[in-house]
Amino acid sequence: MAKTLYEKVWDSHVVVENEGEAPLIYVDRHLVHEVTSPQAFSGLKVAGRKLRAPEKTFATMDHNTSTKSATLDALSPMARIQVETLQDNCKEFGVRLYDIHHKNQGIVHVMGPELGITLPGTVIVCGDSHTATHGAFGALAFGIGTSEVEHVMATQTLRQNRAKTMKIEVRGHVGAGITAKDIVLAIIGKIGMDGGTGYVIEFCGEAIEALSMEGRMTVCNMAIEMGAKAGMVAPDGSTAEYLKGREFAPKGDAWEQAIAAWAELKTDEDAVFDASVVLEASDIAPQLTWGTNPGQVVAIDGLVPNPEDESNATVKASIEKALKYVALSAGTCMTDVSINKVFIGSCTNSRIEDLRDAALHAKGRKVAAGVTAIVVPGSGLVKEQAEAEGLDKIFLEAGFEWRLPGCSMCLAMNDDRLEAGDRCASTSNRNFEGRQGRGSRTHLVSPAMAAAAAVAGHFVDIRKAY
Amino acid sequence: MNPFTSHTGLAVMIDSANVDTDQIIPKQFLSKVTRDGFGVHLFHDWRYLDEAGDEPNPAFSLNLPRYQGASILISKENFGCGSSREHAPWALADFGFRAIIAPNFADIFYGNSINNGLLPVRLTDVEVQQLMDEVEANEGAEVTVDLEALTVTSPSGSVFNFEIAGSARHNLLNGLDAIGLSLACADQIARYEAQLPTWKA
Repeated sequence: MAKTLYEKVWDSHVVVENEGEAPLIYVDRHLVHEVTSPQAFSGLKVAGRKLRAPEKTFATMDHNTSTKSATLDALSPMARIQVETLQDNCKEFGVRLYDIHHKNQGIVHVMGPELGITLPGTVIVCGDSHTATHGAFGALAFGIGTSEVEHVMATQTLRQNRAKTMKIEVRGHVGAGITAKDIVLAIIGKIGMDGGTGYVIEFCGEAIEALSMEGRMTVCNMAIEMGAKAGMVAPDGSTAEYLKGREFAPKGDAWEQAIAAWAELKTDEDAVFDASVVLEASDIAPQLTWGTNPGQVVAIDGLVPNPEDESNATVKASIEKALKYVALSAGTCMTDVSINKVFIGSCTNSRIEDLRDAALHAKGRKVAAGVTAIVVPGSGLVKEQAEAEGLDKIFLEAGFEWRLPGCSMCLAMNDDRLEAGDRCASTSNRNFEGRQGRGSRTHLVSPAMAAAAAVAGHFVDIRKAY
Repeated sequence: MNPFTSHTGLAVMIDSANVDTDQIIPKQFLSKVTRDGFGVHLFHDWRYLDEAGDEPNPAFSLNLPRYQGASILISKENFGCGSSREHAPWALADFGFRAIIAPNFADIFYGNSINNGLLPVRLTDVEVQQLMDEVEANEGAEVTVDLEALTVTSPSGSVFNFEIAGSARHNLLNGLDAIGLSLACADQIARYEAQLPTWKA
């Protein structure tokens, strides 16, 4: 029977499937960080259980860590306990850990791919909703809760129900200056922030195939922002080229075996999806969010919407609530919206290509008066690469701050936090109320749009720079 | 996990769509390494006017005198979207909620709730609106959620049916330990591992 990519990966991971029970599926790689793991480790200890496959478990610290100083002294007392608890747990259970002193440390979804831990056709989980990122390689990757983290630790499996399948095809080619972030925000704008609930989405079409692995990661990363279980892109030559030679990628004969297996990882021609959506790439303008969820998005040459134009009462109420929170009036041109903070980073947009994009708009310019802009590379390896290319100097000369790797202001668990009333151009993934600090306002944009906003002090249509 | 069979209690509403887990439990409370004590921080930024959590917001539904002691939460679509943080159901359960009723839930939150004995109930938009209207109109009105019968009974006695996966229902009714059940499959897991190709073993 013809199968979709998701169905092929799913079928190859079913360990037990009994009538009336959710199937038990195998987990190939488990990524762990400090915030969602302590209760799982303590659950194992209380029950006297072992961690089944330490060699398939990889830990790093990212959510709580300081981007100003690679020391534990820089952390709040509770954050420090959490980070030290991860160190103790990894030691006790024999899990490989990239701590704040290790060159591989970084945001868990940047670390996994760049070390070759993320491979096509595997099942990857992590106690973090942005695990969808790894689907860029044709892996089935999704976020789980801490009870499930404990389940994976104890059994290397998960109870899961089969998801529905959705195909999102982006046809043709994007215009100059349009990035993966704009593509995915446009998709969320089209299907809504819960349009993908219950589905695993396969992103395809020329515009997706044309993306680098970094770009595909940005798209899959935000699959969760449309409610999807996971996002996937079929592996191809770009995927293999990216992975070849990376630390944990297969080598020698195993590499040849892998290449042969990955060639099968594509949706069969006559496979049927439960839902399909098509976008024309040439219609996609630079995107930015105006409201308090990623579905409240508009093109840069668009206007803040008017709730009076909305007939659905719940949607209308959501728009009114969001407008009040973000302090914007209906009908405002997005290019007239001023910002005072800029955050370039997060598991969505902190990879080398993102930093190159941002640097292009920062080079030879200055951050506008009254604007604070920070650049937070996704990992130690990204930071090293960026410095080798001189990107750090471009940012510093333009007045951006150049920080240490971590999740940072995406969720503001550390001290990189906005104040009430701040308005931020952010390359992260969520613009929820208070996400970057209580009372703060977040506008999600691409790295290029964020850097351009930092220089101008307000949002600009970067297409005019090309 | 505590079993869930049937529960009758006071209901309270948060009449918004897309209530995300950042609202349910903001990030500044995620640094704890235990599962308990999150209830006091539930909906912190909506519930308190100040950062320290000393000044309750009198306009927020959970703070209204008539809803004190509520154990069933009713909200709109896409409840629990966003971050995978299981701290969200931990906070809801620690506060005293036993069931959440909404037209639909985000996937990760839905699973996390079941794993903590907090029952997520999907009703239609119309049914949720009727429940909200009845609860609003009748101070002290109670709602019953019956997992054995798969029904919700409104204050006026209307009965709504709901669905849940059979395995989730079974585990909830019996308070079963999901890990223990899966560990019983250790032989099958070992057999699966034995046939893995070198490149992904």
